[in-house]
Amino acid sequence: MRKPVIQINNLSLYISNKKILDNVSFNIYEKDYLSIIGPNGAGKTSLLKCLMRIYSYSEGDVFFRGNPIKKLSQRNLAKQISYVPQSDGRLLPFSVEEFVMMGRYPHLSPFTSFSVEDKKAVKESLELTNINQMANRSLNTLSGGERQTVFIAAALAQGADILLLDEPTTFLDPKHEHDIYRILRKINEELGITIVSVTHDINSAVLQGERIVILKNGAVQFEGEATEIMNKKILASAYNKDFFFLKHPKTGQTIIAPEVPGQ
Amino acid sequence: MIKKRLVTLFVILFLSIAVLMIAPFLGMETITLNDLFEGSRDHTKIDIFWKIRIPRTLIAFLAGAALSISGMAFQAMFRNPLATPFTLGVSSGAAFGAAMYIKIGIIFSVLGISGQLLFSFIGAILSILLVYGITRIKKGFSTATMLVAGVAINFFFSSLILFIQYVSDFANSFRIIRWLMGGFEIVGFLPVKTILPFILIGSAVVFYLTNELNLLLLGEDIAQSRGGDVKKIKLALFFGASLMVGGVVAICGPIGFVGMMAPHICRLLIGWDHRYLTIVSFLFGGAFLVFCDTISRIVIAPAEIPVGVITALLGGPFFIWLLLSGGSDKRIF
Repeated sequence: MRKPVIQINNLSLYISNKKILDNVSFNIYEKDYLSIIGPNGAGKTSLLKCLMRIYSYSEGDVFFRGNPIKKLSQRNLAKQISYVPQSDGRLLPFSVEEFVMMGRYPHLSPFTSFSVEDKKAVKESLELTNINQMANRSLNTLSGGERQTVFIAAALAQGADILLLDEPTTFLDPKHEHDIYRILRKINEELGITIVSVTHDINSAVLQGERIVILKNGAVQFEGEATEIMNKKILASAYNKDFFFLKHPKTGQTIIAPEVPGQ
Repeated sequence: MIKKRLVTLFVILFLSIAVLMIAPFLGMETITLNDLFEGSRDHTKIDIFWKIRIPRTLIAFLAGAALSISGMAFQAMFRNPLATPFTLGVSSGAAFGAAMYIKIGIIFSVLGISGQLLFSFIGAILSILLVYGITRIKKGFSTATMLVAGVAINFFFSSLILFIQYVSDFANSFRIIRWLMGGFEIVGFLPVKTILPFILIGSAVVFYLTNELNLLLLGEDIAQSRGGDVKKIKLALFFGASLMVGGVVAICGPIGFVGMMAPHICRLLIGWDHRYLTIVSFLFGGAFLVFCDTISRIVIAPAEIPVGVITALLGGPFFIWLLLSGGSDKRIF
């Protein structure tokens, strides 16, 4: 059995007296590719924000390699865990390289500039994500797909070995979606980076992820291997909707399709 | 790019030093180097130079520098180009203190520091604590709460000032208006010494947090995920900048425009990176205010125009020109 890097124990979160996360417990293992799915409002984003300490959770504990994350400084946490938030389309006045460079913040001390090591890390993550040719472009001129890749590159430059992603492909066309998944797979397999990805795309979750967690109303409803969720009951009770399982005509893979409206 | 930045930096440094060196010689009475060295003949000029012009130049520089980097810090923190050092109500708090002092009409001083200064400083601290308290009670130390609390406090004190003016006689009412225009009519070095610790501490906080200011531009969630302790950073910036502004306003009154526009002008000149922007804002803000103060002494000499009038009259068109001449790649935010 692989070692857990993050242990979530009975985690609960309240925001203005509303329970957002309800007694959530599961482990994230080393080199995991974990997908978190579930209906809107299930608490998926909030869970990621708790792990990144953007929200401070109300009850329970999160352990990072055996130590409670509440005891880590934010800087140390950022050296271990990085985060790609949901795209909000906000205009930022930076060039791609400058933006990725800011991923090195946890390694900076006051009054210092970026070191050779910082620059090397930035170069490597630009190459890894295949965007070094757009290093000098302004973030505002990028398409949604390019922008998302840049955000991933910046998170990689941070040097953490756990990457949290919040709906990394939601606004992307099929080709860019595929590109993003290819990058994620590459860094997971080649660099051994643990990936935790929140998504609405059940098919990709099954195809990409080894393990899946389903959240509903703030609680864990399912946790297990990706193949186990090919089960009408599990999906139907998570989304209150019927699903069909189809065979891909070429590859033979199972594809999950929601019930068509009006039938 | 870095080379270009360094050149801009040195040009601004050179211009600031030049302005600082020339300004004390100009005014109602022009002083020449000869007057200073062969001074035995004209003691008045030497006195004007050392006891009035030099302290005045220094305080104008310090005030401009402090207002400029405070405005810059607030603009980054609130991610709002309209933020000014006075957005959080510091100036109206100070103005209320000054107005109270004028209305009460008892003239006193403590350790050589005038009662008016003391009152306006207490007013400034009061408004800082009110904004902090309100933000604290609402959980999460949110920027939006801070901004709204600041604006509310601003209106509250402004109304109190209007009320005090309304119930005052014409002379006092005019003194209050004159105070609100701001100025550097000081004598001797005491005000400079009084203001210096505030500006040193406040600027140290802002200079220490330049990397963090860059981080805040990305938005609070990303800043936090990059390892910035956003709450602590905001708190440090809030107190650092507010104390600095409180000190300046207590002595010089609420001098407008510099705090909002100087950082924008500097952003157009050198870009968003606060590691450079903070230095440039400090120098430019200081030099700009010394320049404006000098103009205000010369234009209708022997009378003086309040410096707050000059800053916007000169700076406004300059800013617009810079904004339009830059092309579309120059962005203020």
